[in-house]
Amino acid sequence: MAQKGETKIDKKINIKGAVCPYTLVKSKLAIEELSVGQVLEILLDYPEAAESIPKAMLNYGHTVLKAEKINPTDWVIQIRKEVED
Amino acid sequence: MEFNEEQLQRYSRHIILPEVGGKGQKKIFESKVFIAGAGGLGCPVGYYLTAAGVGTIALMDNDAVELSNLQRQIAHSVKTLGINKADSAKKTFEALNPDVNVIPVKERLTNKNILELIKDYDVVVDGTDNFPTRYLINDACVMLKKPLVSGAILRFEGQVTTILPGDGPCYRCLFESPPPPGLVPSCQEAGVLGVLPGVIGALQATEVLKLILGKGKPLKGELLIYDALRTNFRKVKIPKNPDCPICGENPTIKELIDYTQEYCAI
Repeated sequence: MAQKGETKIDKKINIKGAVCPYTLVKSKLAIEELSVGQVLEILLDYPEAAESIPKAMLNYGHTVLKAEKINPTDWVIQIRKEVED
Repeated sequence: MEFNEEQLQRYSRHIILPEVGGKGQKKIFESKVFIAGAGGLGCPVGYYLTAAGVGTIALMDNDAVELSNLQRQIAHSVKTLGINKADSAKKTFEALNPDVNVIPVKERLTNKNILELIKDYDVVVDGTDNFPTRYLINDACVMLKKPLVSGAILRFEGQVTTILPGDGPCYRCLFESPPPPGLVPSCQEAGVLGVLPGVIGALQATEVLKLILGKGKPLKGELLIYDALRTNFRKVKIPKNPDCPICGENPTIKELIDYTQEYCAI
């Protein structure tokens, strides 16, 4: 159960070790499996992707809920799907 | 289906396009395209559709590769001189992308075999070089309501149009019947710039992918004319002819016509 103020995550992917453009390829394929309104959480460690994935997701029409560095090597990005593919 | 690691890499530039994505790439995998002619147009059309991952490509040609083809027919080579063009192109396409099932059809299209040959395909591409076959393909596609992407080339000029039977004009709405034999010269008589079929074939392949994906606006009801010498593209509207003998309100052509006899007599 999501606690108050916490985002409910519908799907999580761990793409640590993946580099561009496969970080985006894998994120895009994952979000295609969701319905509008659902949230995808991406765990990644490729610095360039931490910037490019939120931009790409905005371009696809989705909302970036969170893009945070959680430790010296990893980032967590949360995307809410807003439009059908 | 799930993408394997190789497919993720191979199709990555498609998957990240919003208009394609994983879903569109799967549509491409599941599609079946029939290409009539493995010559100047059929080579680039088949080559790009193979690269795109079209699941099944039938490639129809009954001629053998000749040295004079290699100036423009990019799927053939000195290594395949003398062998059937569909077989030659199959080797090239399979080397590019083993995901694709390339079916060589070593026949000549006739009014007897065409319906059976194309009936299981989603889209037909006309890359043939003569009027009897062009009209035969048009009529068969109208009868079966198959989308047809038609291309033609001569000297420095090429044409493309997409025919969606029941939803726009057909080739006969534009030119009701074939020109008299000998009036329009062939590439053999008049020449063709080798790169021209590359441009026109790439446009045809683009139209095919748009139809498969259901994205964009198909080139229907319009003839796109490319003038290579002036680097000019122009579109000419083709109105649907209500009296068209094949797709009009009261069609007079009810059986496929074989025009080859009168042509071959010349």
